[in-house]
Amino acid sequence: MLTTIFGRLSLESFPIHEPIVLGTFIGVAILGVALLGAVTYFRLWGYLWSEWFTSVDHKKIGIMYMILGIVMLLRGFADALMMRLQQAIAFGGSDGYLNAHHYDQIFSAHGTIMIFFVAIPLVVGIINYVMPLQIGARDVAFPFLNNLSFWLTVAGAALVMVSLFVGEFSRAGWLNYVPVANLQNSPDTGPDYYLWALQIAGIGTLLSGINMVVTLLKMRAPGMSMMKMPVFCWTALCSNVLVIAIFPVLTAAFAMLMLDRYVGTDFFTNDLGGNPMMYWNLVWIWGHPEVYVLVLPVFGIFSEITSTFSGKPLFGYSSMVYATVVITILSFLVWLHHFFTMGSGASVNSFFGIATMVISIPTGAKIFNWLFTMYRGRIRFELPMMWVVAFLLTFTVGGMTGVLLAVPPADFVLHNSLFLVAHFHNVIIGGVVFGLFAGMTYWFPKAFGFRLDPFWGKVSFWGWVIGYWVAWTPIYVVGLMGTTRRVRHFDDPSLQIWFVIALIGAAIILVGILAFIIQIAVSIKNREALRDTTGDPWDARTLEWSISSPPPAYNFAFTPIVHTLDTWHDMKERGAKTPASGYRAIHMPRNTGAGVILSGLALALGFAMVWYIWWLAAVSAVGLFVVAIGHTFNYNRDYHIPADEVAAGEAARLAVEG
Amino acid sequence: MRDHTPFVRTAGLAAVALSLAGCGHAVLDPAGDVALQQRDIIFISTGLMLLIIVPVMILIVLFAWRYRKGNDAATYDPHFEHSTSLELVIWSAPLAIIIALGALTWSSTHLLDPFRPLDRVSAGKPVDHAQKPLHIQVVALDWKWLFIYPEQGIATVNELALPVDRQVRFDITSSNMMNSFYAPTLAGMVYAMPGMQSTLHAVLNKPGTYEGMSANYSGAGFSDMRFKLRGLSDKDFEAWVARVKTSNRTLAAADYLKLEKPSEKVAPIGFTSVQADLFDRVVNRCVAPDTPCMRDIMAHDRMAEGQSPHAMPPMLPMPAAGHDTPPPPGGKPKGALFKNKDEIAPQPNIDKPRGPAPGKTDPDSPRNRDMSLLLPAAPARG
Amino acid sequence: MTTHADTDIDRDAFYVTEEEHHDADGATALGFWIYLMSDALIFATLFAAYGVLGTSYAGGPAPRQIFELPLVALNTTFLLLSSITFGMAAIDSHAGKVRSTQVWLVITALFGIAFVGVELHEFAGLIAEGATPQRSAFLSAFFTLVGTHGLHVSFGLVWIAVMLVQIGQRGLIPANKRRLMCLGMFWHLLDVVWIGVFTFVYLLGVVR
Repeated sequence: MLTTIFGRLSLESFPIHEPIVLGTFIGVAILGVALLGAVTYFRLWGYLWSEWFTSVDHKKIGIMYMILGIVMLLRGFADALMMRLQQAIAFGGSDGYLNAHHYDQIFSAHGTIMIFFVAIPLVVGIINYVMPLQIGARDVAFPFLNNLSFWLTVAGAALVMVSLFVGEFSRAGWLNYVPVANLQNSPDTGPDYYLWALQIAGIGTLLSGINMVVTLLKMRAPGMSMMKMPVFCWTALCSNVLVIAIFPVLTAAFAMLMLDRYVGTDFFTNDLGGNPMMYWNLVWIWGHPEVYVLVLPVFGIFSEITSTFSGKPLFGYSSMVYATVVITILSFLVWLHHFFTMGSGASVNSFFGIATMVISIPTGAKIFNWLFTMYRGRIRFELPMMWVVAFLLTFTVGGMTGVLLAVPPADFVLHNSLFLVAHFHNVIIGGVVFGLFAGMTYWFPKAFGFRLDPFWGKVSFWGWVIGYWVAWTPIYVVGLMGTTRRVRHFDDPSLQIWFVIALIGAAIILVGILAFIIQIAVSIKNREALRDTTGDPWDARTLEWSISSPPPAYNFAFTPIVHTLDTWHDMKERGAKTPASGYRAIHMPRNTGAGVILSGLALALGFAMVWYIWWLAAVSAVGLFVVAIGHTFNYNRDYHIPADEVAAGEAARLAVEG
Repeated sequence: MRDHTPFVRTAGLAAVALSLAGCGHAVLDPAGDVALQQRDIIFISTGLMLLIIVPVMILIVLFAWRYRKGNDAATYDPHFEHSTSLELVIWSAPLAIIIALGALTWSSTHLLDPFRPLDRVSAGKPVDHAQKPLHIQVVALDWKWLFIYPEQGIATVNELALPVDRQVRFDITSSNMMNSFYAPTLAGMVYAMPGMQSTLHAVLNKPGTYEGMSANYSGAGFSDMRFKLRGLSDKDFEAWVARVKTSNRTLAAADYLKLEKPSEKVAPIGFTSVQADLFDRVVNRCVAPDTPCMRDIMAHDRMAEGQSPHAMPPMLPMPAAGHDTPPPPGGKPKGALFKNKDEIAPQPNIDKPRGPAPGKTDPDSPRNRDMSLLLPAAPARG
Repeated sequence: MTTHADTDIDRDAFYVTEEEHHDADGATALGFWIYLMSDALIFATLFAAYGVLGTSYAGGPAPRQIFELPLVALNTTFLLLSSITFGMAAIDSHAGKVRSTQVWLVITALFGIAFVGVELHEFAGLIAEGATPQRSAFLSAFFTLVGTHGLHVSFGLVWIAVMLVQIGQRGLIPANKRRLMCLGMFWHLLDVVWIGVFTFVYLLGVVR
């Protein structure tokens, strides 16, 4: 009877015997209750629901993505600290403080969360916020889909978070590798949590990718030909084209593993003709381009910042664009370098190795382009530009170790080692994370109308940069000594010092993260002193800076006309003035709660399937269908902002700007 | 704002890393010729890349410093955004490096292909073709290594002894999980995969005791899936074989099936004799009695293709339709959706402490198979 | 692409001050087209999986022993005819003929239902013989590929039903025409995918 109602969920499933998890749960519960209580006390539910949760405004959705990414960063980083601590103390017969099940969940969750629920939301969030503004659009092509994408991502993240307190997460690595994740080897809920969370979030990411590509292709301001798009838009385009091309493969691969686990099919089993290696191929066909999904937009961010703070147009714009496109295409031809050691034969390995190296040519060209953008510039070392220099120096090292790993004979000794782990953290922290912080610092005043506090920003910057090097250099070193990854404890006592240094580095990064949180709090507190009334605090060059900060819901009262790259710079030079009259009513999409409801149902479906609660799964699946179909009967999706309302808003803005 | 400190730090750390090269650890100071050549490739490639990386890093710091806003001595040219000759250089410089590296990659990948028999046992010492390579069959079990010496007729668990300066051919497979056979000092790693056989040729040049491990995560007992690699002189190797032969344990199919059950932190075991076709049966997944070998199944499958409809009965009995079908061969668990109501049991949290798995008292218990169970350091001796 | 060429633009005009028009149809068509391409990639992955696993019978039945080509040919005919009838619906919708659009949609749906029905009959027969998706990797890949296509057709049937109601309620307003166009692209893509399934799974399977 109980299993009919609760499936395989029981009181036993809760990790109440685990003091760490229990403590975390109590902490999260107290925080959550406090937060919910505050929202209720200040009567914010109505405001949050109508102004934020149901909003289809790309700017608000972008900000919500950023909040999701930062919250999940805290979770992912807590996992990182726990791993570092474990590896620093588990020496010479000591098992450390984590048993194998716990440790294996932590490294799996760390990777999954950092890629799917930190990096992707942050990148998508910045694209969401900035890209429509840069192309002079009033919203994205499909505003409702945008809202739905966001909430599906939240539902996926929520499912991963639930797995911390109810049951357990996957112990099969961040890509949920078979055979470990096969039903036979992991009959528990872990891989199911993983699969459902990522399927739900993956659909959100795919829809968002389609949305952004159509926006970029269809909604650019008049005059903005492809080769007049800001570089960030180009990188966003390529990144989202990649999303569309790779996420279906991941969806299909995960679906097959789900069938193996739920129906008992033989795709990735060891017997009856199944082929576990096919799973590896499919997830890496997704996995390698995914790296570029994350890093290309970040290259775009660096390009915008370098150009702005050097007071020059980007050097070699067209070669930058071609480099981006070439990387996009080549990223599909390299996935096999993730398993050279599987024995594909020398010629196949050489092909994929050389293809991988070839990617470093356009990437190198990009580095040179940033370099020569700085050349003969007048560089203002504000925080975003400091991130650029730190990125250039850190990322080049990561690029070098990456090319080294692409040489198959070298990879045979470095694969699956901590050298490899250090390499990808080098490019992801030194590239993606540094870039995201640069971008957040750069566009924060646009989104909120005041700058971020520079002192705490610098503390955060140095925490991250110094912390990165202190944490990861020792990991490179032990990797070169033949230490492999995902190991819970070590025998060789001479290695311990390196892991202790790495732990110290992680602690320094923690300072960087905390300083970032403090920076936001301090900036909100001092917002009047940090206020920017110009809308263009950095003397920047692209269209998002031509409007007020924060921008009005409709972004542009008059759609700008583009004559050249760096349109806003051109407008400033030639003294363009926004018309102060002649406003027209503006056609805008209406908010809707359908995205929240659909995602809530998807979350319920995922949870029910994980725990074999069939009735709830059926109910939520039917609910999903009904709500989705019901939503199509809503034809009343737009409204007009009346002309006098636009006029009043613009007048207020002009008055502030003086 | 000055910003050249990261570079200084980088250079400092690079120096530390390079100085480590001398201080003797597996990858950078190997005891085997293959690993030595692989290390040299690391050095050569790194050197080639430093040719471009170092100037770039110097330029980054130089430009960042020179063109800072406060420095009025530097030229400010807000229109310098294009230079065809410069762009030719910035594309061709990395291209040149990659061409060199690509050539190195192509030749070295073929030369050091693990499938390819060696040409030399060490620098300047070619392989003696009169002497056959020592043949060792490697099986990755959950979670220990089984080494079978077919010529010597012995087998060991978690201990691998090699005569120095003699070419060794490893045939590698796995019982269940995907592992990676890796002795950093000997040669690069090769995946051990269930139902497949991979090969590695290597040679050990220095006597001594070294570490080997699984380099690919394979579940709860993975961290302890390590073995000792002993480099022995020919005489010592003979003595070692003789010593293993005194161990009085045999490894026939039934013993293997016991050994195969998950266990961790397993101390070395020796086997006096080994069933001759054991490795072959492991690869073909037919050690257990009455299981057809994959090779035979595939032969049957190929024949089935040419047959007219319904002419040939399936090789294995077809399960009857419906919910109560017996589990298919291989002990595959039922998919969740096909479980009967009474088959869905409340699932305790994986971390929950509980008694040891039934182990030998109930060898078929699914809990022995279940990775969710950590055996409390129970050595699987024979 | 933007509708203005460079030459049309006054060098000194920085803002659009006249009324702007919206190109919702174009964006929807492009967006849906891209979605279909991503869907096609899911099928491509399933085809690839079938390509890898399609000869792993694990001692169980091979394609020749279980495929009944006449049945599949009938099914193919249903689906191809449904594409034609959908085309008729599309033509009539452009002409603004509400009633005959609905009639053609109903005929399309009937063909679709027949297709799904025959497929379910085929699956039921296979499972009764013991050729279940659990039996071998070949059967897993077969049921998944063909079943995913069948699910798509079933989803298309639901969509047609919804479309019929919406056309009934509001007639052929632009929003409904746009949806009908998307539905059409979806339906025809399923046809194209089915041609692939028919050729690579059934025909090649029987030839092999």
